[in-house]
Amino acid sequence: MPDKITISINGTEIKTEEGKSILSVCKENDIHIPVMCHFPGLTDVGACRLCLCEVKGYNKLLPACTTLVAENMEIQTHTEKLKEYRRVIVEMFFSERNHMCSICVANTNCELQDMATEVGMQHVRFPFLNQECAVDASHPKYVIDHNRCIMCTRCVRVCSEVEGAHNWDVKNRGYNARVISDFDQPWGESETCTSCGKCLNVCPTGALWAKGSVQGKLDKFPEKITDLIEKRGIH
Amino acid sequence: MTQAVADKKGGDVKADPRLKLINAAIKKNKSQPDALIQVLHVAQNMYGYLPMDVVRHITHALRLPPSRVYGVITFYHFFNLNKQGDHTCMVCTGTACYVKGAQAVLDAIADRFGIRPGEVTADESLGLQTARCLGACGLAPAVVIDDRVLGKVAPEQMEKELTF
Amino acid sequence: MNTNELKELSEKIVEEGKAFKKKVCVCCGAGCLSSGSEAVLESMKQTIKDKGLESTVQVIPSGCMGPCNQGPLVKILPEETIYEKLDGDAVEALVDDHIVKDTPQEDKLLFSEYRDKPFVDSREDPFFKRQKRIVLENCGRINPESIEDYIGVNGYQALAYALHRSSPEHIIGEIKLSRLRGRGGAGYPTGFKWETVYRHVADQKYVVCNADEGDPGAFMDRSILEGDPHRVLEGMILAGYAIGATQGYAYIRGEYPAAIKRFEEALKQARKKGFLGRSIMGSDFSFDVEIRIGAGAFVCGEETALLASIEGKRGTPRPRPPYPAESGLWGKPTLINNVETFANIAPIVISGGTAFGEVGTPKSAGTKVFALAGKVQISGLIEVPMGTNLRDIIFEIGGGIPGGHKFKAAQTGGPSGGCIPEQHLDHPVDYESLQELGSIMGSGGLIVMDETSDMVDVARYFMEFCVDESCGKCIPCRVGTKQMFDLLTKIYEGRATDIDLATLEQLAHVVKDTSLCGLGMSAPNPLLSTLRFFKEDYIQHLKDSALANV
Repeated sequence: MPDKITISINGTEIKTEEGKSILSVCKENDIHIPVMCHFPGLTDVGACRLCLCEVKGYNKLLPACTTLVAENMEIQTHTEKLKEYRRVIVEMFFSERNHMCSICVANTNCELQDMATEVGMQHVRFPFLNQECAVDASHPKYVIDHNRCIMCTRCVRVCSEVEGAHNWDVKNRGYNARVISDFDQPWGESETCTSCGKCLNVCPTGALWAKGSVQGKLDKFPEKITDLIEKRGIH
Repeated sequence: MTQAVADKKGGDVKADPRLKLINAAIKKNKSQPDALIQVLHVAQNMYGYLPMDVVRHITHALRLPPSRVYGVITFYHFFNLNKQGDHTCMVCTGTACYVKGAQAVLDAIADRFGIRPGEVTADESLGLQTARCLGACGLAPAVVIDDRVLGKVAPEQMEKELTF
Repeated sequence: MNTNELKELSEKIVEEGKAFKKKVCVCCGAGCLSSGSEAVLESMKQTIKDKGLESTVQVIPSGCMGPCNQGPLVKILPEETIYEKLDGDAVEALVDDHIVKDTPQEDKLLFSEYRDKPFVDSREDPFFKRQKRIVLENCGRINPESIEDYIGVNGYQALAYALHRSSPEHIIGEIKLSRLRGRGGAGYPTGFKWETVYRHVADQKYVVCNADEGDPGAFMDRSILEGDPHRVLEGMILAGYAIGATQGYAYIRGEYPAAIKRFEEALKQARKKGFLGRSIMGSDFSFDVEIRIGAGAFVCGEETALLASIEGKRGTPRPRPPYPAESGLWGKPTLINNVETFANIAPIVISGGTAFGEVGTPKSAGTKVFALAGKVQISGLIEVPMGTNLRDIIFEIGGGIPGGHKFKAAQTGGPSGGCIPEQHLDHPVDYESLQELGSIMGSGGLIVMDETSDMVDVARYFMEFCVDESCGKCIPCRVGTKQMFDLLTKIYEGRATDIDLATLEQLAHVVKDTSLCGLGMSAPNPLLSTLRFFKEDYIQHLKDSALANV
């Protein structure tokens, strides 16, 4: 049995167990922390920086998804500073590629769109980087639109950790990084893709979708993936 | 797979000593996926770049997903998927060289040979690269032409140095 | 080889050395090599042979002596005379004058162009006088490719002492006493790090030497590895013994082929002599080291990225905690220190932690190696006690700014550091004081800039570096550095307004506070420090844009 410990979140004392992440303790206690790269059951990478929290005794902000709770930890999840940083980070997401909601298949069913509302982003103050990204429709059933990709790498992880295919990975670095299929080939030519469609269901935006999806009517079933992970006992 | 590589090279495997050395490196590392970067180093040393056939061969031998190998190759600046020029000119753009005029050297090369960093001349005779500090700051600005290190170079010197 | 055999061998080597009246060291550091020191070495060997001096004069290739832009250099011991800018043809006359006739060649003495009267004993020269060499004590004096040379200067004595007359706890205690701090940049107390790894119980632990020196303008680690590889190796073996590891990795930058070659040679020699491998020096401690060659990614200097790279993956960092001391290579407790840190270990074990701590300042003990370069008269590799001020380093050791120009800024810490203006030059250099000035100690790059440098351009240069080197994993660094670079370009090109400057500043703070790893967190430092001390440069550009828009 893991040791029982007491921590405090936003001033409230909470009894929990060692070995859990700050994020999961928050979930259990109905404290909502925004996340983008986190997906229940997949390995956490701490890349989107939206779940950053202030932890007493640390001079830097810590991601709730990868930081484990410890006895007497004092955590702040929604200070004014954190709220402002989250807003700026969402602005960065929007400025990176093309996120025009009105012409996106995921409109009204997009986690990035919801996030903008949640953090209160009114407009993007930074110039758009206007990167020209490819749309790959070579797969018989699916499409990947890199313009909508926010590099959360959920697809990479679900493909490798749950499906075991490892079709997806990331090439290049910095703002030139892109999700790739096999040797950066068209998706339709992939030798590893099993066409299982798991990546479509975990994608937070309109970067991955099934052909025939109608704008604003995109169906995603992330809960199916979560369910599968739980039943298989991965992690 | 090995055979396929050999076929494209127009001979059998045993005839290409380079591939043999790559296989030796793989064997030395017991085909461990961890050895990917070290094996890629060996391959690039052999060929001067990483031909896709060789990359496929390594991927297969180390039992790695193709996308992971491609991701690693494109992450590191050292690895090249394209054939390089017969000669390489590497201009150091470290801070000391920058302060002492590395940009003017690059401009001079661009003016004369029409290539920017990362490019190869049309006749494939010369490739231009930049390095993030060669650690020869005392010699700033420094340029490496093939294996020759030139220190305190002047932009106007480049035409002569790069005529082979 | 056991302790007694080592002692006997060491005495024998010293005795043999005494048979020579003089020792001629030809610098074969990268700087001197590229200005032709190989020819000088060949010519020197031949001349000594031709003149029948072989039994009295020993000629060796050595590591870096320091003043890199004066090369090729030759140092003659025991009188410590250094000659500069030699070529193969000049050697014979030099041997005739200095060695045969015993009259130094004045016009070829080191710094003869800068000094009214150059020094025959180089230790008297201001360049060397202010230095204190602990890490570099053997650099430029021994043949780095000979383990015998290293043994002749008490090499591997610290290891022998640790294995046979000490204990891991005692070694860690001495390191703690010495107050040595990590020389890679952040300055974490080395002894505490060792103790943390020591305390973690695991079936396997690792020691990693970070030799992925990526800061543009830094070449300390390369020079140490090239000039005294056994010293670094001995430090790694001692670390392995102290924390209970059996395997070490040296992650060396791919751009440093000579360092890789010499370290590889050192490994072979050490294995042969029994300092590496099974049952080291007859003890029950076994340890081996492998080299991993970097492939050109600055971010791999960050410890978690470096570990990913050793595992053959993309060098992307991961959040800490857990720290590598707890979960590092393949999930095992791993000690990561930088080259210079390891090079400090043997002297601490030999002279004791307390004695080591007497050099430097209360908070930063020992010395620091700097790579001095840029707009300074004498550039090269120097080692000074912690707490030496920048003015002394730049104006006394470095001889000031050439060409009648005026000093403007000293840049420390590379793309993670900042620019220090004239008014703060008298600050003693240590971890804390540099941090207060918005810079960092970093690994030791020190670039001097004169008034011809535009600080907006300098900030832009470093930002471009960070854009290029950002791994792309976390959003603040991936997009934030690019946005900051674009804004800096806008300012530089005279197209910006006050609003752009304000946005830039806000972005800088967000990227600093929210990035995943040290690269992103420190990427805004050059920008923030130039904004703090050289705002007039920014304002001038904004004025230019205002005028352009009239």
